[in-house]
Amino acid sequence: MRKNKSLLLSGPYILWMLAFTLIPLCVVLYYALTDVETGKFTLDNMQQLVQYLPAFWRSILYSLIAAVICLVIGYPVAYYMAHCGPVAQKFLYMLVMLPMCMSFLLRTLAWVGILQDTGIINTLLIKLGFPHEPGEPVINLIRTPGAVILGMVYNYLPYMILPLYSVICKIDNRLVEAAEDLGCNGRKVFSKVILPLSMPGILTGMTMVFVPAVSTFYISNKMGSTETILIGDIIERMFKQGDNANMGAALSLLLMVLVFVCTGIINRFGGDEEGSVIV
Amino acid sequence: MKKIVALLLSLCTLLGLMAGCSAKDDRVTINVYNWGQYISEGDEGYMDVIAEFEKEYPNIRVNYVTYDSNETMYTKMANGGITVDVIIPSDYMIGRMVQEGMLNPLNYENIPNYQYIDEAFRGRDYDPEEKYTVPYTWGTVGIIYNTKYVDEADVTGWELLWNKKYKDKILMFDNSRDAFCITQCMLGYDINTTDPQQLLECAKKLDEQRPLVQQYIMDQVFDLMENEEAWITPYYAGDFLTMADENPNLEFYLPESQGFNWFVDAMCIPTCSKNQYEAELFINFLCRPDIAGGNMDWVCYGTPETAAKEYMDPEVVNDTRAYPDVEMLKAKGKSFRALPRKTSRLMEELFMQVRNGIKIHLPE
Repeated sequence: MRKNKSLLLSGPYILWMLAFTLIPLCVVLYYALTDVETGKFTLDNMQQLVQYLPAFWRSILYSLIAAVICLVIGYPVAYYMAHCGPVAQKFLYMLVMLPMCMSFLLRTLAWVGILQDTGIINTLLIKLGFPHEPGEPVINLIRTPGAVILGMVYNYLPYMILPLYSVICKIDNRLVEAAEDLGCNGRKVFSKVILPLSMPGILTGMTMVFVPAVSTFYISNKMGSTETILIGDIIERMFKQGDNANMGAALSLLLMVLVFVCTGIINRFGGDEEGSVIV
Repeated sequence: MKKIVALLLSLCTLLGLMAGCSAKDDRVTINVYNWGQYISEGDEGYMDVIAEFEKEYPNIRVNYVTYDSNETMYTKMANGGITVDVIIPSDYMIGRMVQEGMLNPLNYENIPNYQYIDEAFRGRDYDPEEKYTVPYTWGTVGIIYNTKYVDEADVTGWELLWNKKYKDKILMFDNSRDAFCITQCMLGYDINTTDPQQLLECAKKLDEQRPLVQQYIMDQVFDLMENEEAWITPYYAGDFLTMADENPNLEFYLPESQGFNWFVDAMCIPTCSKNQYEAELFINFLCRPDIAGGNMDWVCYGTPETAAKEYMDPEVVNDTRAYPDVEMLKAKGKSFRALPRKTSRLMEELFMQVRNGIKIHLPE
């Protein structure tokens, strides 16, 4: 009886998933395995994927770096937040959330305005009298791999902080006290108690940063160079300009598989069931 | 930036549509799908063409949406699922859409202002029998460069876009046909070539250029050139005048000895149109000499109507960069023709290889 009821209640969403997740996935698969001209079955698209491997590796590398940087920046912030008073917590939480109220596209464009050769930073440096060639920037900021990674870190940092914060909040302070009573010094308390207990948050955060970063196209398009092409750029272009949805679908499929493999590996780091995350 | 604005605008129109539902609006809506920055919308004392039209025909509402290249427009139209009443593609794309049966023949009785179109722009390759199109503008593709940074001695031809001295300050077309045309002019090939080997050579040339290119652009060109973030770009002469208004350091160069593209953009009605009559009224309205003149004053592209010129700013009409000598145009300008489907596919694929940074090769 209870089982029937829960099925009834979850029914709408299960239907939704079927209609808007599973069926589209099948469509993607269908496109990936058919020829763009004739519409007949072919493995051609799959074979061609090899050419795009450098872009795949680049995407994975950049987003992994971005995820690690997010963790390094985000963990202390989340830890600090979790140990603030309730009012301060609410305030900090709002500060983390606030940028997300603004369009992602606008925020990225704002970075272009800050970093570009004629942008805020370079204009300021020139005004301050730093030496530079006429028309050239004082420092090359935009259109570098660093700029792309910066864009990813900036845009996805909240996805790291928020899960970390909620996990660290729930750590029972009595465990920390117990460890201290039993003779752990501060560093040991952290490495033996706090860090293992916040592992689920770390893994969720890593995944939440990595997955959107690896498939991004807008950030690399605006902040990257013509050499830092990410896989998201290529997929977007295949659909929008290239009139080749079939190759685009094949690329998306491979990206999906790689994302699953990568998140699988990230989860492995967590060891046992304690740290596992469901994507 | 413009994309964002466009996005916001389309959101607004969407909201407008919703509001329209409740307020009961019995006007006919026509969807006009045009290039970005390609109609006068009432900036700084210029004519607001769409508002004028809606004033003249109070029972018609214009829903105006933009695209950034012929290819983007084509992909959207070919995928279907949308209703568009008027599009304004370029010559070669019109030819392709005619071939593929994507355009409706026009009823010229509803477009009496067609009489003002100059003889030189009638019955051209893309529509020899004058069945599907009404010319909107014409123009040339040349190089826009910033005289503050670019050495005049380097401005010798299309090679300027390959000059290593200006690495990272060069922009390039983000559409296959215009990008290939430049290399075809450089290598001395026909710009309508169907020879795969020649196209391969062109793609290799473009690939050689990629490390020097700051960005592949379409509408973004305005901001980048005006703010001097980039110094050299190939683009359409009409848009150069718009940019030069903002930044007087910009200059235009037409590589006459190597050849350049002389194009016509024309208004058509796609087969998905549901309001052909209203669409024809709109086309007719845009051809009215005073409207065409007022519109081109802002757009700065060439008008195919001599009658419109008297309504225009004489400074634009007399600018030889916007209106070069017709004899020179006929001798040196090259027109696009529609390519066979196989060739446009190949070109698109090769261009994707360039853009995606993979090894240039002919697909089997």
